[in-house]
Amino acid sequence: MERSKKRVEAFVHGVFLILGLITVGFVLLITGYLVVSGIPAIRKIGLIPFLTGAKWASTAAEPSYGILPFILTSVYGTAGAIVLGVSVGFLAAVYLAKMAPPAVAAAMRSAVSMLAGIPSVVYGLVGMMVLVPGVRRLFHVPDGASLLAAIIVLAVMILPSIIKVSVTALEAVPKEYEDASLALGATPVETYFRVSVPAARSGVAAAVVLGVGRAIGEAMAVMMVSGNVPNMPSLFQSVRFLTTAVASEMSYSSGLQQQALFSIALVLYLFIMLINAALNFLLKRGKGD
Amino acid sequence: MKKICMLLALVLALSMLAGCGLAEAASVSTDGSTSMEKVIGALGESFMNENKGVTFTYNPTGSGSGIKAVSEGRCDIGLSSRALKDEETAEGLVGTVLAYDGIAIIVNPANPVEDLTMEQIAAIYTGEITNWKEVGGNDAPIVLIGREAGSGTRDGFETITGTAEKCQYRQELTSTGDVITTVAANPDAIGYASLASVKNTVKAVSVAGVVPSEDTVKDGSYAIQRPFVLVTKEGVALSETAQKFFDYVTSPEAAEIIAAAGAVAAN
Repeated sequence: MERSKKRVEAFVHGVFLILGLITVGFVLLITGYLVVSGIPAIRKIGLIPFLTGAKWASTAAEPSYGILPFILTSVYGTAGAIVLGVSVGFLAAVYLAKMAPPAVAAAMRSAVSMLAGIPSVVYGLVGMMVLVPGVRRLFHVPDGASLLAAIIVLAVMILPSIIKVSVTALEAVPKEYEDASLALGATPVETYFRVSVPAARSGVAAAVVLGVGRAIGEAMAVMMVSGNVPNMPSLFQSVRFLTTAVASEMSYSSGLQQQALFSIALVLYLFIMLINAALNFLLKRGKGD
Repeated sequence: MKKICMLLALVLALSMLAGCGLAEAASVSTDGSTSMEKVIGALGESFMNENKGVTFTYNPTGSGSGIKAVSEGRCDIGLSSRALKDEETAEGLVGTVLAYDGIAIIVNPANPVEDLTMEQIAAIYTGEITNWKEVGGNDAPIVLIGREAGSGTRDGFETITGTAEKCQYRQELTSTGDVITTVAANPDAIGYASLASVKNTVKAVSVAGVVPSEDTVKDGSYAIQRPFVLVTKEGVALSETAQKFFDYVTSPEAAEIIAAAGAVAAN
């Protein structure tokens, strides 16, 4: 009896181990594949010309593979989305966690969850049909497909992650801190911004990094609103992101062009790894506090 | 760990084999040009109607992809909306022209411009003409909408108008439908799209006085046109069903279906 129980235990343990290893295996497989297929083009083109070249013309008779426009677009686009998304999302989180009456908070929370569940192609579609013509009319530019349109779409897309993580962090602030502040005569709003928010800062920082990660990796929605021309980024110009550079050319590419797309994917992957590392660091520091 | 990896790899490989086996049963798979969607879809449908139990599949991935798919043996027939390049024929690929398609130059219906010459179109797309008033339209900047590099339509358009690598696109979109939607939404936009796909949400301008239509494409008077090509691999025999499909679509009976889909049959 005792023995068979042990055997079952060992079996279950083994199954779980295998399932866990599958996940690890996929990460290793993808990393390995990206590195192996991303390195050749960088070696052929040269790391410096590849990263700092300002011209991308992969199908030209004399192709040129410079991805600086993509890198800058991804950085600017993400930064813009963070500025917009964090200002709205963070304040919404403070309201949700501290001020909102329970009924309003419940309704708002489910709206935020729904926002998180909308597929990115839908964001893109609405952006393409409503936002792009809107930007054109509002700013009197010839065409609305631009970095600005992409920033707005990305900002809305990262709102749910920012709000959710910030709310969790704000709610974890011990009630005694706030009570003490209130007892000392601070108003509730003073308390939230002087006591609760500083106490939750590492969680809020994690929310920001999570938003960066989501924004930099998004392809479908930005592809539909950004115009996809490999220009140097400018707010009302058509631009191409790292993600869309890979997505829009992958299907018909061959030879060095295809290898260069893998290299772009590798650069993107390194960016995201960096962001993940930052996230882990922030979360660990948060626990240490 | 190593053993587990091996086992996983084996299972994956086996499941892929199984997938291939299923696809063999009386089917014909095509892969390629998104511009050929209407034509090949109509042909596939009537082929399936005439041959019960046969499955026809079409994977709209773009000309370059379709050519790659057939050379790698991932489909029976590749579909390309441009003639094969020398390096592609050198790889042993064979192109058979199925039909001709006109590429319509489309503008927003609100745009008063009705006719453009080939030179004007080239000058517009290379950025020499940037305002509609220079070609008889309103005083408004021209917004150039194009396709992504590698698109058969873009290749066709740029080759015919002699603007390859010189186009100053405002937007590079990844499908014919996106181009039409975008031009329909922007009164200052100009774009190009397969004539067969043009809807009444946009206006096709005439080129040097010739209105794009099936007749003008057929008699060659409409200048911006390109071939629809069936791509096969030399020395690799098609499956019985695929051969039957190939013969069917290149037969004179298929011409009517191709015409109904908006292109002009070559046979």
